[in-house]
Amino acid sequence: IACLVIYLFAEFDDAANLLAANPDATTISIDEPEIPKNQHGRLQEPRREEDDELLGTDDSDKTELLAGQKKSAPFWTFDYYQTFFDVDTYQVLDRIKGSVFPVPGKNFVRLYIRSNPDLYGPFWICATLVFTIAVSGNLSNFFIHLGKPTYHYVPQFRKVSIAATAIYAYAWLVPLALWGFLMWRNSKVMNIVSYSFLEIVCVYGYSLFVYIPTAILWIIPQKVVRWVLMIFSLCLSGSVLVMTFWPAVRDDNRRIALATVGTIVLFHALLAVGCL
Amino acid sequence: FAGLADVSISGDIPVEGEITVPVGSRSPDEDYSTLDEPVKDTIMRDLKAVGKKFVHVMYPKKSSALLRDWDLWGPLVLCVSLALMLQGGSADSKDDGGPQFAEVFVIIWFGAVVITLNSKLLGGTISFFQSLCVLGYCIMPLTVAMLVCRLVLLAGSGTISFIIRLIVVVAMFGWSTLASTAFLADSQPPNRKGLVVYPIFLFYFVISWMILTFTPQ
Repeated sequence: IACLVIYLFAEFDDAANLLAANPDATTISIDEPEIPKNQHGRLQEPRREEDDELLGTDDSDKTELLAGQKKSAPFWTFDYYQTFFDVDTYQVLDRIKGSVFPVPGKNFVRLYIRSNPDLYGPFWICATLVFTIAVSGNLSNFFIHLGKPTYHYVPQFRKVSIAATAIYAYAWLVPLALWGFLMWRNSKVMNIVSYSFLEIVCVYGYSLFVYIPTAILWIIPQKVVRWVLMIFSLCLSGSVLVMTFWPAVRDDNRRIALATVGTIVLFHALLAVGCL
Repeated sequence: FAGLADVSISGDIPVEGEITVPVGSRSPDEDYSTLDEPVKDTIMRDLKAVGKKFVHVMYPKKSSALLRDWDLWGPLVLCVSLALMLQGGSADSKDDGGPQFAEVFVIIWFGAVVITLNSKLLGGTISFFQSLCVLGYCIMPLTVAMLVCRLVLLAGSGTISFIIRLIVVVAMFGWSTLASTAFLADSQPPNRKGLVVYPIFLFYFVISWMILTFTPQ
């Protein structure tokens, strides 16, 4: 009888482990290739031909399936957050390259992220941008006033706190608002390619990368050079965003689509002007 | 115990065996006996451990002593001394000064925690406090640089002193980054080493920047 009891306890342990590893196991049978509908609210819609060229490959079905089964750890465990950092060095470098040289017609999300959004890129690009802006702002101030006898150099450390707040708020709140807006439009118009929240955060984070060399070059104290640089970087990163989100809103009412894209670009421009 | 009431052991059954405490199998770290030692011994042991780690940082070889016996005394002392020396750079108004003590302290500790979390999320095998320990001890070259900068600034604050300070800070920054990378890079998966090293580089760069731009009142 003791052996039976021990055997039963072992069975319970196994069952508990299985449930902990895959909490959706009771609701979905593993045999059917069905994506759990509650994973980030993503909808699996029938694709149209025009979307295929932007979607990159035809096996994105499978990648979505794999992604749906990947993030199955409960959110209070450390492993859940580890799934967001599942990138290698070359992948991050590829994504950065994709954001700096946007290929017209290719969607950044489908081409590079492919259902593996990471938080490493957005977080560290924002951190680098904060410190780059603070350092280069300080340096440019120094060079503008170089040679004037009354100038006393001060390290303006307040810039760091202000820049940090502004950039991290932009990188997280604007994607949140955009995601909410897209979800709301999704409920009204069915055929829209939709992105998960993390993918939107990813695109915004990587699109900010162009501002880093711009901030470094901003040290040059010539006004013309600065304006040219700013407009150039705004166009580059804005185009990444526009090309990503245009397929998501173009099925909608024409005016709303244009307004959405216009707002995206506007916020991006505001950030550029404010920081630089 | 009702059933045992009628069990009796006759007095002439010999009970054999030894009841002695085996001396040889005392626990291997013998920490239980440190209660009796003089206080000086206890303090000196900790100080020697901290000192040995400082020597490890100065000559970074791949030894595991720094990782195995982590402690946070060294990082605390370094951080506090660095923050004290950096405090209150010149300020024209309230807003334009250098970093205050709390800002330096928070940047160092919060930065070290974020880097440790980052390396753990990327799949590193090092433990949380070991990583904090290494990052904290590797601030030592930058603290030395700060000391040198302050001494140089006492002598004067012209271009020559700036060049000397620049060279010293850059050298110490390189030393810090190399030392911490030597200790931490082995515990990462091989195709993510770059991802782990970059935040460490950024961290020491920010501290070096604060040291370099320090101007006295």
